[in-house]
Amino acid sequence: MSLRPDLAIIADHVAHGARVLDVGCGDGALMAALRDTRGVDARGLEIDGGNVAAAVSRGLSVIQGDADVDLADYPDASFDYAILSQTLQTARRPDVVLDHLLRIGRQAFVSFPNFAHWRVRASLLWGGRMPVTPLLPERWYDTPNIHHLTIDDFRSFVADRGIVVEGAWFLSRGVETSSAAANFRAEHAVFLLKH
Amino acid sequence: MTDTDLHTDGRFGLDRRITLPGPLRLDGGALLSPLDIAYETYGTLDADGGNAILICHALTGDQHVASNHPRTGKPGWWARMVGPGKPIDPARHFIVCANVLGSCMGSSGPASINPAIGQPWGMAFPVITIRDMVRAQAMLLDHLGVGALLAVVGGSMGGMQALSWPATFPERVKACVVIASTARHTAQNIAFHEVGRQAVMADPKWRNGDYYQDQDPPAAGLAVARMAAHITYLSEAGLTEKFGRKLQARETKTFGFDADFQIESYLRHQGIAFVDRFDANSYLYITRAMDYFDLAEEHGGHLANAFKASKARFCLVSFDTDWLYPTSESRAIVHALNAAGAPVSFVELSSPFGHDAFLLESPELNRVVDGFLRAGL
Repeated sequence: MSLRPDLAIIADHVAHGARVLDVGCGDGALMAALRDTRGVDARGLEIDGGNVAAAVSRGLSVIQGDADVDLADYPDASFDYAILSQTLQTARRPDVVLDHLLRIGRQAFVSFPNFAHWRVRASLLWGGRMPVTPLLPERWYDTPNIHHLTIDDFRSFVADRGIVVEGAWFLSRGVETSSAAANFRAEHAVFLLKH
Repeated sequence: MTDTDLHTDGRFGLDRRITLPGPLRLDGGALLSPLDIAYETYGTLDADGGNAILICHALTGDQHVASNHPRTGKPGWWARMVGPGKPIDPARHFIVCANVLGSCMGSSGPASINPAIGQPWGMAFPVITIRDMVRAQAMLLDHLGVGALLAVVGGSMGGMQALSWPATFPERVKACVVIASTARHTAQNIAFHEVGRQAVMADPKWRNGDYYQDQDPPAAGLAVARMAAHITYLSEAGLTEKFGRKLQARETKTFGFDADFQIESYLRHQGIAFVDRFDANSYLYITRAMDYFDLAEEHGGHLANAFKASKARFCLVSFDTDWLYPTSESRAIVHALNAAGAPVSFVELSSPFGHDAFLLESPELNRVVDGFLRAGL
């Protein structure tokens, strides 16, 4: 079983035996990989009941809940890492979710699709329509992605808040790419953050 | 244990009954001894005792979880969850289900004989709590040679017992499954139960609970209690879908007080069928135990404290149309378990059937329970 590329990067950088909260954990693919390969004590939060059932049936501890609402219930510093993969752009209040992430985890991994990737730019510039790409496959009216952001948006957001970037990885077509001109060239970004 | 032991050891099998010397010290202060417990076991206890699962039944349930009921002939009340090829499987697990203290299917309760006077206890039976039921179950497990439970599993009032297990015996529970349940009875829960109790007590045949020798129990009162309670087990949408305003075997309203509507006929049937199999005093005692249940109160007002000493994994399931023990109650438990740092899973399943959904066919529920239990091995 191969992990989605952004999840593989996260999995490679989580310390052995750590306590991890995966927010928006889906069917638990990352959690299962972390448990099986790195002896991680993983917990998950997931909004979709079918996904929760799938994750629980693989023996994972997952709670059905909404990142916008239920993160407030978790105690401070109760995890080594809080992970938010491909979920930030779906939150009603991404800023609040990020605050909680950095409160609950000593460090936080955040991954998101980059809306400033050249293909998105080209699509909007030449097509004049909201882009539909492999990474952003939904149309404007049915997308769960309600807060599109770019890598540069995210960089300035964390800089404004004094959040420390401890690591950053960029992906194009599932392959790691350099940080040079990432805002143009990367489809996808993974950040490791700390307060 | 070998097969021969199993066949010759009278402690194991269907339709068992044991009288334990006790005494059982009750939350109300009284000492109960001796103590009758009616129970069933399925499967074989591993040599290391590590495959035992205790199933806790609901208010009017019984020990016949996966075997035909001796009186009604109906299949066990949770044969969908317990049995060959099911999430709880006698091929892999040693399964115990005991009639709760205070009930009327063979365990000590108000209808059983008070040894001091050789007569039924009636209302002289001490008021019991959910925790008392759990302590009685622990005495049974001692008798069966079961130390720590692989899992304790229950729905509704069974879920209250399941939650009480790691709080009362933290070292004896490795996993806990709580379905369609709550950590405390709310004012609304208590209110519905009080309606039921008053219906029983208002029946002149109740006679302060002293009705056993004439074999003339307060059937009308108990039937009304059951009718009121039964409404709380169903959802409005489910009732509308099943009955709507349909009339019962007639073309027009009668302008009288017969059961004109199908829902009336259905509830009357539920009430009448219930009194054939349940004791009115037991109904009073068990509903009281549920009303007294507040797991946080037993632990200094903080539910998380109830789980501080436990190392168990927890799995909670609620149903979206259950308004008796709604999802918010399960979430409160999940919140407390998170605060206590316990490994917990929670899912709200979708069903049109309200509280009763936990007893009905639900492939998703089976999938969740199966995956959760297997993860502990």
